[in-house]
Amino acid sequence: MTTTVAPPARAVRAGGTRRSRLLTTPDKVTLVVMAGVPTLIQFVLVWAPMVLSIILSFTKWNGLSLSDIKSAGLTNYQFIVKDYPPFWPAVAHNIIWLLFLACVATPLGLLLAVLLDQAIRGSRIYQSIFFVPVMLSLPLIGIIWQLMYARNEGFINNITGIANTPAAIDWFGNSSVNLWAALIAATWRHAGYIMVLYLAGLKGVDPSLREAAAVDGASAVQTFFRVVFPAMKPINIVVVVITIIEALRAFDIVYIINRGTNGLELIGALVVQNLVGEGQVIGIGSALAVMLLVVSLVPITIYLSRVFGSED
Amino acid sequence: MTTQTQVIPPRSRPASTASGNKLGRPHYGTHVFLLVMAVMWLIPLGWSVYTALRPFADTNTYGYFSVGGRYSLNNFVTAWNQAGMGKYLVNSAIITIPTVLLTLLFASLMAFAVSRFSWRFNVTLLIMFTAGNLLPPQVLAAPLYAMYKFTVLPLSVSDSGNLLNTYYSVIMTNTAFQIGFCTFVLSNYMKALPKELTEAALVDGASVWRQYAEIIMPLCRPALAAMGTLEVIFIYNDFFWPLLFIQSGDRLPVTTGIKNLQGDFLSNYNLIAAGATITIIPTLVIYLLLQRQFVAGLTLGATKA
Repeated sequence: MTTTVAPPARAVRAGGTRRSRLLTTPDKVTLVVMAGVPTLIQFVLVWAPMVLSIILSFTKWNGLSLSDIKSAGLTNYQFIVKDYPPFWPAVAHNIIWLLFLACVATPLGLLLAVLLDQAIRGSRIYQSIFFVPVMLSLPLIGIIWQLMYARNEGFINNITGIANTPAAIDWFGNSSVNLWAALIAATWRHAGYIMVLYLAGLKGVDPSLREAAAVDGASAVQTFFRVVFPAMKPINIVVVVITIIEALRAFDIVYIINRGTNGLELIGALVVQNLVGEGQVIGIGSALAVMLLVVSLVPITIYLSRVFGSED
Repeated sequence: MTTQTQVIPPRSRPASTASGNKLGRPHYGTHVFLLVMAVMWLIPLGWSVYTALRPFADTNTYGYFSVGGRYSLNNFVTAWNQAGMGKYLVNSAIITIPTVLLTLLFASLMAFAVSRFSWRFNVTLLIMFTAGNLLPPQVLAAPLYAMYKFTVLPLSVSDSGNLLNTYYSVIMTNTAFQIGFCTFVLSNYMKALPKELTEAALVDGASVWRQYAEIIMPLCRPALAAMGTLEVIFIYNDFFWPLLFIQSGDRLPVTTGIKNLQGDFLSNYNLIAAGATITIIPTLVIYLLLQRQFVAGLTLGATKA
């Protein structure tokens, strides 16, 4: 018995090379297939398209035939920055989107989590309620809020009494308010998502930390900001990354409202406008996508270095 | 590790109530705030259902913001028949079920290979898998569209002669896009399983495949259930890929199909509300049956390390 147990123990200490000697040839083939097939899928359908997007962003192409692809240098980028009217509004809207999520929706989710982490009556029911929108798709959320925001038929204008009057606001149609209206709809979902993450984070905080703080006479607020919140650093980073990525990906709600026009321009929607339907401008769409990619690399790198940094 | 406490709730619950009690008794202000927020959270859903239950004629007479008139399920019947909600839901199932199964299969294979064996590039590959899922999908859109367009298929397989306007395109893309995330989560889970499990099997002569199928996968059931639930919702809720790849309205899944609601019903908000409510029903079923799995899946992905 002892002799059969000994080899794996030694193999662990020696690392991978020694252990692979224990594998038979069929085992090695199995492993190569196990890792190879998913890697091939990732390569063909994720990594290669990403690189091709970058290449296409330097070309002019109508998408009809591969022989029509013509090199365009930086002209797509120059056109977007100088002559493409919706570009700068879209950049501004993406920044507003990020700031709103970061300053309103995410803190609201944190607040809900902190309140519901207490032994409060009905905590489970509250959690379930705030959680419902997290399971709904963003286009559906756009439609549900369209019903809330409709000029004469919607809930908001009716409860404020301005429906069917000249003062009635078309919340999704009026370009001076529709971005904020869409952000409220997005918050409806985002806050619940963040709440779920922080509820898990709060459960992971060592209770003895709070006890120690309480013994030292710290108030609940002090305990939270000085002890509990810093102790949740891993989840804080994830929440920051998710908030940035959600702001960059934002697209579905505005696309369902008006395809991302008239005050609701976002980079993600502009990409799709250039790629879908007739009159495709692949080069412009790709250049916009590459801009999105470059900005996305910031949160992606933060996340990956946080998650994998400790392993290497 | 947080991953495990999330999947096995009983272990985490005592800790939370214990820590909660220490924060002191909640004030009335907390209750009022939560109650107000909860009501605000429920209004959009309640408003959709309420609007959907009322005939167009009655809301025209009394106004939308009113009580009175008849209440019926007629709008649901009309939405189901006229807007093709039934067909959309079937399409959603055709896309969602294979996608989730393929994603879990490929992700579990990859996760097993990178987490239970050490070889030179496994961490690099895992990083690249994880990064892929974090990309905005728009970044992949143009090349994938072109790739599918120029893939020649026999007309018996696809009536467009290529991969566009087929379920395959959406299933393939969603699978590829989700594999990264699932591999990441499952590999963390598998890493936490004791090494001795498979090493003893290896010494006993069990093949790598048997280690995967008979030892590791059964132990991963909680993680697979959580990821499966999460992915069903993710794929069901996917709007982007069908929007890009599917042109025929009758092949759209429901999440992309609802964009036609406004066009189909103009400003008949009662029918739009009914269509939206129908879309919620499958989600609601999962919500009621598998909410814990879904939450576990969400937090599994986010609370590693």
